[in-house]
Amino acid sequence: MDTRVDNAITEKAKISVRDLNFYYGGFHALKKINMDLPEKKVTAFIGPSGCGKSTLLRVFNRMFELYPEQRAEGQILLDGQNILDRSMDVSLIRAKVGMVFQKPTPFPMSIYDNIAFGVKLFETLPRVEMDERVEWALRKAALWNEVKDKLDQSGAGLSGGQQQRLCIARGIAIKPEVLLLDEPTSALDPISTGKIEELVHELKSDYTVLIVTHNMQQAARCSDYTAYMYLGDLVEFGPTPEVFTKPKRKDTEDYITGRFG
Amino acid sequence: MGDKHLSTQFDNELSGISTRVLEMGGLVESQVAQAVYALSTFSGDVATQVLKAEERVNAMEVEIDRDLSSIIARRQPTARDLRLLIAVSKTIANLERIGDEAARIARTVQRLLNSGVSSRLRLPVSDLTFESELATKQLRKALDAFARLDTEGAIEVLRHDDQIDQEFDGLMRKLITYMMEDPRTISSSIDLVFVAKAIERVGDHAKNLAEQIIYIVKGTDVRHNPVDAVENLVR
Repeated sequence: MDTRVDNAITEKAKISVRDLNFYYGGFHALKKINMDLPEKKVTAFIGPSGCGKSTLLRVFNRMFELYPEQRAEGQILLDGQNILDRSMDVSLIRAKVGMVFQKPTPFPMSIYDNIAFGVKLFETLPRVEMDERVEWALRKAALWNEVKDKLDQSGAGLSGGQQQRLCIARGIAIKPEVLLLDEPTSALDPISTGKIEELVHELKSDYTVLIVTHNMQQAARCSDYTAYMYLGDLVEFGPTPEVFTKPKRKDTEDYITGRFG
Repeated sequence: MGDKHLSTQFDNELSGISTRVLEMGGLVESQVAQAVYALSTFSGDVATQVLKAEERVNAMEVEIDRDLSSIIARRQPTARDLRLLIAVSKTIANLERIGDEAARIARTVQRLLNSGVSSRLRLPVSDLTFESELATKQLRKALDAFARLDTEGAIEVLRHDDQIDQEFDGLMRKLITYMMEDPRTISSSIDLVFVAKAIERVGDHAKNLAEQIIYIVKGTDVRHNPVDAVENLVR
């Protein structure tokens, strides 16, 4: 398959992916990916299971390095700096590139500490400022009104949708520049999903948001750009309205119209 | 249209809608032909049939529109499926308008009959028949192109729209001559002017149908472009 995708996007790129190859041991999972992810926009990654979209997301904050048999080749330029460069400090990258996973993963501690924990890793804030930061993050994640009277209670006591918004609050509390969302709503009911999509829309005024989703309508609803991946290739990448009304490639069209078999 | 969806039910819904559009198209095509036949033979009965058929056409439009909403709500179609459904919505509105034009002609026939104008009055009715044959041919070609999603056929419809316009202009000149030569024909000649205009509008609607076919297949909105530009956009 031709990997040279016509992805000339004119907006300023926050992340530029250059000739990215990724391997799980001997398995070639991402094949020469090239793309520019625009700043302060939402980019959705869609494609069938195993196409490499979550893998790609995990490269953006070097999450894959937890596993020795996994390796990435090529460049990922965050504001021009190659984050795959060995000399780059991983914890600094993760302070800039936050991540929220498919299943809500609240820490076994209070709602307040769930937010404050990450902040403490990077900053030493006086109590008052920390309180402000926690409230800011929870408000931004549209959770404040539901938890403001029980900040000292365990995060595990919240509903699934609330837990996921707590994780998003935790992710933005450290004020990252990029937010990676890996299937953030796949375990949630439609109301919670709606709240998170609304949140994604709000977040893009401050952050560059990359979202992996199996739900094509979700990609259509909440992203500015959509990337369709298949078997480790980036098949098509373009403005979401265009991808969903007039995709350039037949493979993309077959997938989004449900003709994929 | 092309290969199948994972959901055969969705395929059935889409092909069902297309079939009913063609059915509605066939109905209005014969409505126009009948209306002009009613005029050329001064037949009140045929005119009445045309008016009756209009009710069915209207009902079909409402029914297809309702099903379109239902499919969009339940399937959230994208890309060419979405384009098909949007195009169908516009297509049936055009078909319904063609039905209106046929009904307009039928009502003119009834009025002419009621006002006691007889077929003995020499009027260029055969020219109208010729114009209407051009228009229904255009309509049939557009419907054929819709059935096959054939852009070449659609472009041909766009290209031939001029013929009807020229025929209309010619008829207009002829009717003006009739009116000047014999003022007793003025009233009925004016009626025929409106009939000629109605037929010309049928041609315009056929052209709109053709533009929608190009939108379905190519995803390009070619409305308000001259034919040559359309060909460049499509090829």
